[in-house]
Amino acid sequence: MTTTPGQVVVTGLGAITPLGGDVATTWEGLLSGRSGVRRITEDWIGELPVQIAAPLAVEPPLGRVEARTLDRSQQMALVAAREAWADAGSPEVDHERLAACVASGIGGVTTLLAQHDVLREKGPRRVSPHLVPMLMPNGPASTVGLAFGAKAGVHAPVSACASGSEAIALALDIIRAGRADVVIAGGTEAAIAALPIAGFAQMQALSRRNDTPETASRPFDKARDGFVLGEGAAILVLESAEHAAARGARVHGVLAGAGISSDAYHVAASDPSGAGAARAVRGALRSASLEPTDVIHINAHATSTPTGDLAEAVALRTALGSHIDQVVVTSTKSMTGHLLGAAGALEAVASILALRDQIVPATRNLDALDDEIALDVAVVDNRTISTGAVLSNSFGFGGHDVCLAFTR
Amino acid sequence: MSQDILAGLAVILEEVAGVDPADVTAEKTFIDDLDVDSLSMVEVVVAAEEKFSVKIPDDDVKSLKTVGDAVSYIQRAGVAA
Repeated sequence: MTTTPGQVVVTGLGAITPLGGDVATTWEGLLSGRSGVRRITEDWIGELPVQIAAPLAVEPPLGRVEARTLDRSQQMALVAAREAWADAGSPEVDHERLAACVASGIGGVTTLLAQHDVLREKGPRRVSPHLVPMLMPNGPASTVGLAFGAKAGVHAPVSACASGSEAIALALDIIRAGRADVVIAGGTEAAIAALPIAGFAQMQALSRRNDTPETASRPFDKARDGFVLGEGAAILVLESAEHAAARGARVHGVLAGAGISSDAYHVAASDPSGAGAARAVRGALRSASLEPTDVIHINAHATSTPTGDLAEAVALRTALGSHIDQVVVTSTKSMTGHLLGAAGALEAVASILALRDQIVPATRNLDALDDEIALDVAVVDNRTISTGAVLSNSFGFGGHDVCLAFTR
Repeated sequence: MSQDILAGLAVILEEVAGVDPADVTAEKTFIDDLDVDSLSMVEVVVAAEEKFSVKIPDDDVKSLKTVGDAVSYIQRAGVAA
């Protein structure tokens, strides 16, 4: 594809997810409708009301020392970033023009919990000196920035389940503002542990289909009862079109725009009017100089919660009007579970690949569309799409709304 | 005795910082030669305290530039204890 000056293009993709250890395996999993959700059998799950999650399909392939000094969220970010960088052709870059934007919703929570046990059981002298850099929410951004020598800035926007998308939106701003030529951007999350599960369960946010894990994540379905906690990381290499063209880079797609808004409604509940989400969608279109009628596909945030999915459906109709009836919607969370701060980055990868391969993965477990949800959701069979714009939504506790727009 | 301490430190350095045990000789500096960063150095010290049943106060750690410095310190501290 040809690039246009002023555009921001995607030249590298990387991921480690509940469906696979890389982008190709993850995409194959999405297209074949595999579920990454399973029953947790380790002892720590105990008597928790929720016994299911979507853990990584494969452990991060890192050396022992790397693993020792990096939180799991950092390890996953590093693995995904290495894949993305190699996919971009391992470019020679001016490091002062290279930035990193890698977000996490929660940060190094498993490190924090494990080290709290060390403090109580063995005393302060035994607490790891790596604790603080492992638990800080900007840790993954720092890990990636150090690995690739990013000197134009290292950022970690924290906005719960919108974090990964917000990191990509920030990268777009950075390149457009001329602060960097290349940004390694995405999200990571590793929060499958008893305390986070207990907390989300107390919010009534998680599915309790413990006996049928693969059916638990069922966005837009009448019988949906909450999301499934997943883990993983996804990373994009974003580049100014000029920089990519000058080095002859292969381009996956164009990050055409991003919209960010906030609900100012409730710390956790979705605004049923969908007003904030609709403003994010319209903002993304404006930022991309696109019309609602340009949109052919939306990778919805749709986590499988009763109120969230409904509010998003309302928001999409508000934002796109009757054109929403012409748009193929999917929720890949039906297969991956909800990767929190990595969700937006993983769904950006899925959106770019859908656009590249002109195919939308069907939403799994959508047996009966909620009567109140008027969307054309891809079910059972994958859908072919033509060329146009693809949107990816991410919303987060705190009232964060982010929408990314991709074109070819 | 000092050979045992050196060998013990080599085990710790491999575990904590991935240092090849063959590289661990008395004249090597922890930071410049063995590439042990300041955070991992804290881990090395705590592991050494445990392994050799000695106390190495934080103020003394600064004086331990080389593996040989650490071996001598642990030997003296062990005798004192």
